[in-house]
Amino acid sequence: MKLLNNLIAWIDDRFPLICTWKEHLSEYYAPKNFNFWYFFGSLALLVLVIQIVSGIFLTMSYKPDALLAFASVEYIMRDVQWGWLIRYIHSTGASMFFVVVYLHIFRGMMYGSYRKPRELLWIIGVVIYLALMAEAFMGYLLPWGQMSFWGAQVIVNLFSTIPFIGPELSVLIRGDYVVSDVTLNRFFALHVAAVPLVLVGIVFVHIVALHKVGSNNPDGIEIKKNKGPDGHPLDGIPFHPYYTVKDMVGVVGFLIVFCAVLFFAPDMGGYFIEANNFIPANPLQTPEHIAPVWYFTPYYSLLRAVPPLFGSQFPGVVAMGVGAVAILFLPWLDRGKVKSIRYRGPIYKVALALFVISFIVLGWLGTQPVTPTYTLLAQVFSVVYFAFFILMPWYTKIDKCKPEPERVTFH
Amino acid sequence: MKAIKKLWMLTLLVMASASGASLHLDKAPVDLKDRVSLQRGAKFFVANCLACHSASFMRYNRLMDIGMSEGEIKALLPEGSKVGSTMDAIMDAETAKAAYGVAPPDLSVIARARGVDWLYTYLRGFYVDANRPTGVNNLIFPDAAMPNVLGGLQGDQALHVEKHGGREVKSLKLVNPGSMSAAEFDATVANLVNYLDFMAEPAKLVRYKLGYIVLGFLFVLLILTYLLKKEFWKDIH
Repeated sequence: MKLLNNLIAWIDDRFPLICTWKEHLSEYYAPKNFNFWYFFGSLALLVLVIQIVSGIFLTMSYKPDALLAFASVEYIMRDVQWGWLIRYIHSTGASMFFVVVYLHIFRGMMYGSYRKPRELLWIIGVVIYLALMAEAFMGYLLPWGQMSFWGAQVIVNLFSTIPFIGPELSVLIRGDYVVSDVTLNRFFALHVAAVPLVLVGIVFVHIVALHKVGSNNPDGIEIKKNKGPDGHPLDGIPFHPYYTVKDMVGVVGFLIVFCAVLFFAPDMGGYFIEANNFIPANPLQTPEHIAPVWYFTPYYSLLRAVPPLFGSQFPGVVAMGVGAVAILFLPWLDRGKVKSIRYRGPIYKVALALFVISFIVLGWLGTQPVTPTYTLLAQVFSVVYFAFFILMPWYTKIDKCKPEPERVTFH
Repeated sequence: MKAIKKLWMLTLLVMASASGASLHLDKAPVDLKDRVSLQRGAKFFVANCLACHSASFMRYNRLMDIGMSEGEIKALLPEGSKVGSTMDAIMDAETAKAAYGVAPPDLSVIARARGVDWLYTYLRGFYVDANRPTGVNNLIFPDAAMPNVLGGLQGDQALHVEKHGGREVKSLKLVNPGSMSAAEFDATVANLVNYLDFMAEPAKLVRYKLGYIVLGFLFVLLILTYLLKKEFWKDIH
């Protein structure tokens, strides 16, 4: 024991070990009333680590070459010791990453976690979300199946609709005039090295920003307003040991869901691993039905809902892009007097419910082929989706709120 | 778990059929635990399909997973292959493409790409069609380039089209019997499709078993971590 203490003292003389431990864990005060929705931040960090570790092992056997890629994935599935497990961990992890992140974002929307002084924290979060979407998109090309190839072809072609710079931008992204071996190689480099570095960096910045302002909580009140004689918030508890031990329960619960999917339904009926992707990429054969993976489908619906203007698909591309980053503007659109949905009036509750419904319906529509009925439905729900944001300054202002409590509700 | 999977499949089926014209597929009676069926399917596959198709991600020695001994595997090996080789086609791809117009696809993961029900229906769905170069067509794969390899066993089928209140209903009727009865043939194809299902993902046999063990462990861990949390949180009011 004395040896360990001496070692820690030796390090602490040369590195801010103890003060970092105290500032960010054992004496970092978080609100005591965190509920189920507050698990998803730590779970997102867990999934990031899972993806990086499983990704590294995949990289040891995967070959980023158009002629070898598909076969190398099957080699991993069959001949590499536990290769099938590593592959499924990575594919399940990719979808679970978005499940966790969407629930994490939803928590923010319910409790007003984007409100002052947490606007920058929220902006950093949106940047993480964009990087995550890029990472997932590039990762999906790597198995080099039919859906990988054609999904990438469609999405990169969207960039060519941008006026003036579009076609050249698309060539820059692809490295070629069509999606090819060149594209596969550069997406591999970006997916394995560049974007993970960016993600880890921005997640670090995200946590630094969080620790500066402190967490919000389900009641939406600032715990720093009521401090005890020791200078700590009365409604705060040290992150360690209380939230380290509570997050362990969250982790195990998450792993149960994760492993249930991994071992019993890794394909998830074709939504996590699409059936068409078991056919090697064929540039000469367009599939009957091209759709992105489930986590992109709401935005795909927004894209398809907008008709072409003057022969250009650009308006649809704009709608898709704005739809993906619309949440960025919430800190400034929300004029409500209170932060948390617990003390808001009925208007916001209805609006948020409609938003969630439209996101889910748009998501389902994005998996379906285009029909006139579905297009009309997508247009209706696109309007609902954007109305949530556009009308927010008005309906949050007129909404009849309840008074916020002085102290958090904790039982 | 199976009930949840069935419910999920049903939901997806409803959504899939909502998307428009989907052909009726016969349910393939696959059972990956039936080793006799899998072994029969494996032997049938090597004898009948590898002439034109490859299964280049499948190694012969992987057949030990379904209970075949090394001697049994050696007995079905084509000329020039070893136990550790992959199942390559006997005809090379270029000759096949010249003969049939399209290279016969590799069948290693065909069961994951098409689904077992589709394969079961396809292999039993050939009918006589004089307009086709092969002399046959297929009910669920119109204008397929594949000849009716199993025609000698199944016999010849003919297409019947009936009109039911404005809709066309297509069905196949046997006109010339083959060397197998309908029930025998269906069982043979079922064994083949069962094998294709195994071949598409050999790990499936392992992952269910491992899954039960892992989930069992995690449920115990959940109880323990929850009790630990409650103990620590006793001092929070």
